[in-house]
Amino acid sequence: MVALFACMFLLLIGLYAVVTKRNIIRIIIGFSLVEYAVNLFFALVGFKRDALPPIITNVTQPRNFVDPVPQALVLTAIVIGLATTALMLALAMRIYEKYRTFDISEIRRLKG
Amino acid sequence: MDSNFLPLFVVIPLLAAFLIPLFAKLWQRSADLIANAAGAVLLGLSAYGVVYLFTDSSVLLYRMGGWASTLGITLVYDHLTALVALAVNVVGLAALLFSVRYLDHYTGRWKFFSLFMLVLAGLNGVTITGDMFNLFVFIEISAVSSYALVAFGTDFDELEAGFKYMVIGEIGGTAILLAIALLYAKASTLNMAMVSQVMAGFGHTPLFWFIVAMFLIGFAVKMAMVPFHAWLPDAHPSAPAPVSALLSGVFIKVLGVYAMCRVMFNVFGLSRANAPAFFNLLLAFGVLSIVAGGLLAYAQKDYKRLLAYSSISQIGYILIGLGIGNYWAIVGALFHVLAHALSKGLLFLTSGSIEHATGTRDLDKLSGLEKKMPVTVWSYLLGSLSLAGVPPFAGFFSKLFIIIGAVTAKMYWLAILAALFSTVTLGYLVKVANKAFFSRKDIEPTPAREAPVTMVLAMLALVVLIAALGIGFKPVLDKLVGPAAQVLLNGLGYARTVLGG
Repeated sequence: MVALFACMFLLLIGLYAVVTKRNIIRIIIGFSLVEYAVNLFFALVGFKRDALPPIITNVTQPRNFVDPVPQALVLTAIVIGLATTALMLALAMRIYEKYRTFDISEIRRLKG
Repeated sequence: MDSNFLPLFVVIPLLAAFLIPLFAKLWQRSADLIANAAGAVLLGLSAYGVVYLFTDSSVLLYRMGGWASTLGITLVYDHLTALVALAVNVVGLAALLFSVRYLDHYTGRWKFFSLFMLVLAGLNGVTITGDMFNLFVFIEISAVSSYALVAFGTDFDELEAGFKYMVIGEIGGTAILLAIALLYAKASTLNMAMVSQVMAGFGHTPLFWFIVAMFLIGFAVKMAMVPFHAWLPDAHPSAPAPVSALLSGVFIKVLGVYAMCRVMFNVFGLSRANAPAFFNLLLAFGVLSIVAGGLLAYAQKDYKRLLAYSSISQIGYILIGLGIGNYWAIVGALFHVLAHALSKGLLFLTSGSIEHATGTRDLDKLSGLEKKMPVTVWSYLLGSLSLAGVPPFAGFFSKLFIIIGAVTAKMYWLAILAALFSTVTLGYLVKVANKAFFSRKDIEPTPAREAPVTMVLAMLALVVLIAALGIGFKPVLDKLVGPAAQVLLNGLGYARTVLGG
């Protein structure tokens, strides 16, 4: 339970960075924190204390495995996160080439 | 009837997306061909599906890899899916056809078509999937490709809009992932039908509402309801016109409205009777979107930005239809999904045609296009009549049904608001016509020529469909939109349909 709340705290730190930081790179770092917090949370959902890894062995007691599904899902989510972070950084590079700055408050041409 | 064609909805655009880069090395123009062929096949598939549901109204199921529903991913094709998939693929094909000549002033033609196909794969995937996590994956596939497409021009505006859109959109996506994690922790299954069975015995606890709120935030960002709309007026105008047509026409509705409906009605079993607070919240967001979107649209000087605000306002109509929550209102909302997809797709295509011909979208610089681009101008006028709800076009019936729903639910003020803001819609759309199309005294007519033949064809096809949907609304209502509304009203009964009693 404590671990789950720690995840939420990590998520809030990331969200804080996304909302308040003006440097694009810091916003991206903040976003990565949010994403990892959610992934960690998802992985912990399947956790059981003193359980075995979900591999078929000769162990006979039933239901003594951790739930493997969240692990599989988190792997997928991490790959999606990789794609989004890569695209964000690529956009950040192109923005720097155009605007010569990472400061989001100077990148304000669209209004209305 | 075998349902073996269901995976093709995802397989074909994905295959096209990866074939395009391969063949583009040999022959640049092959990208146009492959993309349009894939778009045509997708449209054929969804038309086939709709015709099938016209004759036999049972739900089609496909179990991926032959796994049982407990283990594998199930694809579900019911009336609601058919309706949304049809809208996606009609607008998708029109936009692809339009892109062929529109892309003449962009570089990287194959990259565009490849990304476009990925968006279509994601959108079709969202509509047919019956699995929570699969839903998230398809949402992300289409969303990530759409961020790249919004920034496709890689100029100042496009990059800024793309980055903003991406950060806000991804926060929404992460909220959806968090909600799915919590849902899995509670239900220990991801199959939507089985989750909904668990939810039936779960009760409306604080955790339940927290999950609902996380989903709602995620989908609200994707559908750009006020106050989650900040990215849309930047992102949609910055994208190339065919992409704007796809994003405004179907993207916000599939990722936002459709996904929200599926989760809230069929998985959580919310209905006006058991959760009035949720539906009143939808009404509040809907009214806010209609009013703010409509008034801000009126103040715009940029052709596409005006249309983008108008999309926010029209999403509001869909939301109040869903929020009223009785049969006619939901029919109206779903009819508006179809009608708005066609009309807004068409209007964004006309904006592309005009930008292609004149090089600007500033309404203060355009004038007297009516004589030079008659097809584009008349397409715009018919599309805007439909959007504003003038009979006998498609948009009239959606608004009529929403108003009937509001009156049946005794929410007269909503009926009045919906009718009133129809005139605001007409007002801002006529503003474009007055400025850009008819001759003005203060500035010379802008030099321009009618759009190339493929662009004209794409626009005319949508005009014909809008008129057909309006005139032939009765069979569409009886066989497609009505049953689709029943799917939503059926709520948790969805589980029984999918799992088979």
